[in-house]
Amino acid sequence: MGLSGPRPPGAAGIGASGPPPPRAEVVVIGAGVMGLAIAYNLAARGLTDVVVFERGYLAEGASGRNGGGVRQQWSTELNVRLMQQSVELCRGFAVEIGVNVWFRQGGYLFLARSAAEVARLERNAAMQARLGLPIRMLEPAGAQQIVPELDVTGVLAASFNPSDGILFPWPFLWGYAQRAAALGVDIYTFTPVRAIEREADGTYSVVSSAGTVRARRVIAAAGAWSPELGRMVGVDVPTHPIRHEICSSEPLKPFLGPMVSELASGLYFSQSMRGEIVGGVSLPPQITYSTGSTLRFLATYARRLCRLVPRLGDVKVLRQWAGSYDMSPDGNPILGCPPEAPGFYLCCGFVGHGFMMAPAVGVHYAEWLTGGPRHEMFDRFAIDRVRGPDGGLPAGEREDFNIG
Amino acid sequence: MSKGKVIVCRCEDVTLKDVRHSIALGYADIEEVKRYTGFGTGPCQGKECHGLIAAIIAEESGRDPAGIEPFTSRSPISPTPLRILAGAGFDDGDEDEAYDGEEGP
Repeated sequence: MGLSGPRPPGAAGIGASGPPPPRAEVVVIGAGVMGLAIAYNLAARGLTDVVVFERGYLAEGASGRNGGGVRQQWSTELNVRLMQQSVELCRGFAVEIGVNVWFRQGGYLFLARSAAEVARLERNAAMQARLGLPIRMLEPAGAQQIVPELDVTGVLAASFNPSDGILFPWPFLWGYAQRAAALGVDIYTFTPVRAIEREADGTYSVVSSAGTVRARRVIAAAGAWSPELGRMVGVDVPTHPIRHEICSSEPLKPFLGPMVSELASGLYFSQSMRGEIVGGVSLPPQITYSTGSTLRFLATYARRLCRLVPRLGDVKVLRQWAGSYDMSPDGNPILGCPPEAPGFYLCCGFVGHGFMMAPAVGVHYAEWLTGGPRHEMFDRFAIDRVRGPDGGLPAGEREDFNIG
Repeated sequence: MSKGKVIVCRCEDVTLKDVRHSIALGYADIEEVKRYTGFGTGPCQGKECHGLIAAIIAEESGRDPAGIEPFTSRSPISPTPLRILAGAGFDDGDEDEAYDGEEGP
């Protein structure tokens, strides 16, 4: 990063010219989409005594590095319902926040190449239809009707949900940040947190490079860096970073409606509103904070994509990059306060899908912290579940659709 | 220069006014300006515009140009067709069983 120390605020109100206030009701650590969604929703409900610390710039972490997918096709009811709410919030985002996030509902098309995968899609689709999604199972020819360029050789079936979509991640962050700042939230960029000290009265002193804030409640929303924050208060946060690579092509005329994803290979690709084909593929997981790029990724992605859509062979890749997935032991997020650290709220472990869930999570966190109802996800996804002998939720309750 | 648009990134049609607007909002680091305006993300990948926009950032924010680092460069060095990459020689074996991973969009 190019600057050291806090940034003077510009017209967007992000940054600060002096040290933070000595006290705040809530300190949020991490100005990714989770931290900013929570901060904005707290302020929108009247709790504006909020300080946000971000060690880099907005969109520096995973929130600025993902493919912008927003889908409701999940294997657990809770995630389907959360994402139904997120999609509604995405639809209203431009009106509520005043920023165009280029949200486009072109659907998500999942392709199955084995009987077991077909069974998974069918099982999920039955549950999703019950919850109200316009999901439908398709024969290969039906998938080809939606994306005529597909070579469906070897494809047995597909699921298509037309109300899934994509958005452009960066303006989402700017929108939340600008609205939160306008409501009175202090957002410090380029301001790392160095220590968190528990005081005798149960409050926390959050020591940042710009100064110390004492707060009754601290929200750790630092994605893959959350274990570092946990250690500051003696909490073992059992997530780890996995590098996920992604790339983008030269812009093409709009031709591709949905995000297309192949279950087995984890191949996925969509066409952004700028016309680029943006996509990735699963690779053997590498535990690292590195955001370096590899030829292995490009080659694997290109081979899978060219097999599925041969006509894309002459399309040029312009750029590739990587971000950190925050992997949890059972594929589900970790939320709420650990028993040993009341007032220290976790919001991590979203396994590469936090961006799409943040609009709903932000609302529920803010409702809970302003005295409203406590959403069931705070019980389901409490940290204690991963500390038991099973290391997580029972098999039948685990989200298993983190792939493609 | 006061009339009309001054294009500073030809691939993405970014104007001088766009860059100044980004800086005025507070998105003033070169990585932030890149994201806010999209400069340097087109076919040339910044080869034409990078130095020019760094100079504008230095001028607008009163910073020492020597203290402005380039943004992270992205592979590939020049736009490369997918079919060329597909033949790059990384064979993970069975196409459908390579890695049934815990990753995805």
